[in-house]
Amino acid sequence: MAEVKLAEESVLTDDFLRQLIDVGEVDILVGVPTHNNAKTIGPIVETIQAGILKFFPRERAAIINADGGSRDGTPKLIASAAIHDTRPNSKPYALRTFHSISTQYASSLALGTALRTIMAAAELLRAKACAVISPESTQITADWLTTLLRPIYTEEFDLVLPTYSRHRFDGILLTNLLYPMTRALYGLKIREPYALDFAFSGRLGSQFLAQNAWHDETAQAGSETQLTLAAIAGEYRICQSFLGAKEHAERHSADLVPAMRQTVGALFSSLEPNFSLWNARTGSQPIPTTGAAREFIPEPLRVNRKRLREMFSTGVAELESVFQSILSPSTLAELQRIARTEDVPFRYSAELWVKTVYEFAAAYHQSVISRDHIIQALAPLFRGRAFTFLTENINGSDADVENNIESLCLEFERTKPYLLEIWKR
Amino acid sequence: MRQMIIDELTQAMQELTRGFAHILPRIIVLLIIAFAGWVVALLLKMFLRSILRLIKFDKLSENAGASQLLTKAALPSATELLSRFAFWVAWLGFILLGVSVLGILGLQDEIARFFLFLPRLFVALFILFFGLLAASFFSRAALLAAVNANLRSPRLLSVSVRTIIIVFVLSMVFEELGIAEQTVLVAFGTAFGAVMLGLAIAFGTGGKDLAQQFLEKRFAFGKKDEGKEDELSPL
Repeated sequence: MAEVKLAEESVLTDDFLRQLIDVGEVDILVGVPTHNNAKTIGPIVETIQAGILKFFPRERAAIINADGGSRDGTPKLIASAAIHDTRPNSKPYALRTFHSISTQYASSLALGTALRTIMAAAELLRAKACAVISPESTQITADWLTTLLRPIYTEEFDLVLPTYSRHRFDGILLTNLLYPMTRALYGLKIREPYALDFAFSGRLGSQFLAQNAWHDETAQAGSETQLTLAAIAGEYRICQSFLGAKEHAERHSADLVPAMRQTVGALFSSLEPNFSLWNARTGSQPIPTTGAAREFIPEPLRVNRKRLREMFSTGVAELESVFQSILSPSTLAELQRIARTEDVPFRYSAELWVKTVYEFAAAYHQSVISRDHIIQALAPLFRGRAFTFLTENINGSDADVENNIESLCLEFERTKPYLLEIWKR
Repeated sequence: MRQMIIDELTQAMQELTRGFAHILPRIIVLLIIAFAGWVVALLLKMFLRSILRLIKFDKLSENAGASQLLTKAALPSATELLSRFAFWVAWLGFILLGVSVLGILGLQDEIARFFLFLPRLFVALFILFFGLLAASFFSRAALLAAVNANLRSPRLLSVSVRTIIIVFVLSMVFEELGIAEQTVLVAFGTAFGAVMLGLAIAFGTGGKDLAQQFLEKRFAFGKKDEGKEDELSPL
């Protein structure tokens, strides 16, 4: 009965549903959401297959590709990738069925729908453990499969999030907002609350599939972050596993706002339904972590700090009318003061940054203006904070950067009562 | 002769008295209707004020940019203004209803016209309010997009968007009210055309280099600027 209901309501197409019915039930499922990833997808799928055959030879497994309307032949590559190359070598280990299915969920990219498709397939196939691998994770190794899936398959964890060795200035939105704020509010030291390579249990997937507001665009945009937050709110067992080095991805300034929608937007929108949870929590606890971080020598990264500074100063000057609706007069005045600083590098202190973020979160809750506009308005201020973070750590060691992040986390935790105070206004 | 004058005067007095006696009850009815209307309008005002406060109409009006306009014009808040407006429209409606009881020829048509005009007035106010709301939303969206794309003069872009929408909304409002329809249409067409022509010339001359840069960036696949520094990866 439940399956009939699922088929009626889910995003699964009839053709995809038929293919899934042919598969039957599986133990392990690996989802690969794609959109024009022909350049990278071949080796990634090969590695996934190699990983499954090596580490889960006795389990029934399937690879599900949810494609967002690729026009470069990505689904064909996945369907044909490495079956002939991998199987002969791995044949002695392949004791159970191993399927690889591709479906097109839409004619354009929608990561939320991709995750929903993978989750619906996992539920239908009654997968015990499901991993999602990003089509951009070119540094993937076969070990990733066991690192992500084993804690769920054998140790009964519900969500496995990754940790990586990164360039110390990579992922500044994570280190300066997402990680410290999630940690301060929900009390768990989850280093990568927004993950593109992760694994979840069948029960967490089913619960998230049923609960998430899939028709809401905001929820769709940040579904990966929302899965983490749903696992925290549902008190599921979460752990993090070290996957290795994460290469610096070349980004454009236009990428920041969508990234903020997917992460900060999802975090802010989770605060309302989970108020009773984060309101009561104080301090923060570590979560189980597997694998030790290995030494990583990153490629040198040239960052245009001048541009960050300019965009911050312009943003503060031009968006004054918007900030007046969001920020307290004292915070706005302080921001305007530092934005006007000339000659010497300004300092957007941790205290001011935390206060700014909390005031944005409260403004988001109170919907003082369009919520999407609130997220967009935070982008220039984040650039200012990124500028200060880079300036303060430009000559520091990795340990210095970690200390800096840790003190920012503690500042978020210390200032939490301020958020509670302004939340109820 | 004297008797005739007295008779005429007596007759005139009798007619006046008869006329007065005829109209007096109607005046009393008018006063009763006006009083009842005042009570109903007062209740309507209080009810509307409570509803508007409940739905935080002032906040909505602030977002629409209407509150700033009201403050500049030294007018009360949007909630208060709308409540008072509803009070006066309701009371005036009742008074006119009472006046129609007097049976004054010619006035009936004017009163009927007033009641026919009311729905159009409400539609015009509705268009104005939501038009201001849309102008505020889209101008803010343009401002944020321009700032985040690091475009020059984001505020000018935002003000342009707001102005175009407000001009469009005002022309719709005037058309709905039936005020100088032809003039408004011609004025709107002329103003809109002038703005578009101005923008076309401005983009054509001032944005030539920008357009070139954009097209080069858009279509120069694989051509990497060696001197370009990386953007930070936020995630």
